[in-house]
Amino acid sequence: MENLSFELKARQAAGGAKHEALVGVVASGNLEVLVERVLPELECRIDIATAAHGFGEVWSAVVRDFVERYSPGGLRLSINDGGARPDTVALRLAQGVRTIEEVES
Amino acid sequence: MRRWNAEREALAQRIAAGSAFARGKIVAAADAGALIEAVIRPFDRVCLEGDNQKQADLLARALAGVDPAKIHDLHMVQSGVVLPEHLDVFETGVAKKLDYAYSGPQAGRIAKMLFGGKIELGAVHTYLELFARYFIDLTPNVALIAAVSADRDGNLYTGPNTEDTPTVVEATAFKSGVVVAQVNEVVEKLPRVDIPGDRVHFVVEAKKPFYVEPLFTRDPGAITETQILTAMLAIKGIYEPYGVKRLNHGIGFNTAAIELLLPTFAERLGLKGKICTRFALNPHPTLIPAIESGWVEQIHCFGSEVGMDDYIEARPDIFFTGPDGSLRSNRAFCQTAGLYACDMFIGATLQIDLSGNSSTITASRIAGFGGAPNMGSDARGRRHPAEPWLKAGREADPDGLPALRRGRKLVVQIGETFGEGNAPTFVESLDALILAEKLGLELAPVMIYADDITHIVTEEGIANLLLCRDKDEREQAVRGVAGYTEVGRGRDAKMVQRLRERGIIKRPEDLGINVLDVDRSLLAARSIKDLARWSGGLYRPPSKFRNW
Repeated sequence: MENLSFELKARQAAGGAKHEALVGVVASGNLEVLVERVLPELECRIDIATAAHGFGEVWSAVVRDFVERYSPGGLRLSINDGGARPDTVALRLAQGVRTIEEVES
Repeated sequence: MRRWNAEREALAQRIAAGSAFARGKIVAAADAGALIEAVIRPFDRVCLEGDNQKQADLLARALAGVDPAKIHDLHMVQSGVVLPEHLDVFETGVAKKLDYAYSGPQAGRIAKMLFGGKIELGAVHTYLELFARYFIDLTPNVALIAAVSADRDGNLYTGPNTEDTPTVVEATAFKSGVVVAQVNEVVEKLPRVDIPGDRVHFVVEAKKPFYVEPLFTRDPGAITETQILTAMLAIKGIYEPYGVKRLNHGIGFNTAAIELLLPTFAERLGLKGKICTRFALNPHPTLIPAIESGWVEQIHCFGSEVGMDDYIEARPDIFFTGPDGSLRSNRAFCQTAGLYACDMFIGATLQIDLSGNSSTITASRIAGFGGAPNMGSDARGRRHPAEPWLKAGREADPDGLPALRRGRKLVVQIGETFGEGNAPTFVESLDALILAEKLGLELAPVMIYADDITHIVTEEGIANLLLCRDKDEREQAVRGVAGYTEVGRGRDAKMVQRLRERGIIKRPEDLGINVLDVDRSLLAARSIKDLARWSGGLYRPPSKFRNW
């Protein structure tokens, strides 16, 4: 298991008011993302526990693009990764932030 | 004095030699090897019918078993290298040279044998190209073909998998070649005549069905969310704006996902009747929900698909069927249809380079092309207009005089940025170039040339190469959808942003696609069992796809 952490500045706070969201599943080639609204408005922290070693550079690129594209200010995202490909990671991160931004009905 | 009938005389001798093993035209399965030794001569060009799906398996085994002292140095001219026996003949020296189109199931072994010098390679063709050469410079001396049944006169019924047979027989029989057919059974009266008996010299009764490869069955259960995302992008970003009605789909999971999104996602977009009404396509089981929901008006098929026969027979308004009710497929005609009468080809690939050249050749696998280079190319002889073709032409050449401006076929490559075993789909340089150098080929086996491809779809977005105005823009458009591959990470982010502002690159959010909708619940069928249910029990999946 390899652990990685990224702390990044976001352009703006994530929308919505939900405190927590969970997307994905822990399975081979997949990942689970827990999203919590616990940080100051323009900060974002991403903690990764991954089964695959040696992909720090790709994770860094995926995470930086994600923060640039979705501006998840105020969110901490905890990733439990079962060796997912970058495309799946990017999709799950996007789904995580969209889910916490959804207006509860 | 020149003789003008040497071929006819040789044919008469071959038939006389073969007749020693026949009663009339009928030969027992046990005598197949002896028959082949009698009618084939060393250095002959031989078509051993190996199609995309149907295989003359009994005749393949018989040919692999002949005495290489008698029969050797054959030049095999067949579209599919599918069975182990298709390559065994090169190990024993029975055959020496090969011209072919597709070798999916033997991709690993054929690569080893080519590198090992066991096979002298003529060329890897597209189907239509190989068929064309049957009539010019690769005409078979002997054709070993497969059919479902024959009568005593040699008339053949091919059943739903007619595929290449009429083309092979036409080229062989009318140029004084010998035609040997294996059939499951000899009957009094055929359900229909697909090949007239005067073109068939010998019939070998195999007493069991020929092998058919279930090549077009994709289990919806294996479709990933990333593939669903690429399918949504294609529908919203290409099918809808161009209004693509006439098309061909490849066999991958991305296009299977598109088929399964028609009755759900595309229906909600109000696209029924506006896209995907007419196909040049094998009967893909994943198209059943769209057909049943009234999306599809007509399908012409290259071949059939295992388990689909009863379903096809019950839907003659959609498929081409004979008076007996069963499917009539024909690869040569369907490839022609895909080339001239379709406005789009969309399929997957293994490697795409920085200009957009794509290839399914990797360092250890040579899968050939099948029909993709034909359907995935712009038909320069096309003259009839259609809106998708005209629109693509306008995008490529906005300043051209409309009445003199060619349209463009939409040629779309769709896939995830990483493929099997995390191999990147995007590469600086194709493995096909390494292969060409190692084998001393004049041409690298490129499946789709950069100047034919119009769009690339990945989970990251769509690149419209028609709108690129120079080499740099094109390279950045490719890099801009290449995700986290090295090619993708090597992009010029500012230039990619400018391409996005000009609509050359489109992201999911640019097309209004909500990532929360990217879910397997969007598929009209989520399992093979669902497909069988949609068909009202008419689709009977082969056992390897059944888990209930």
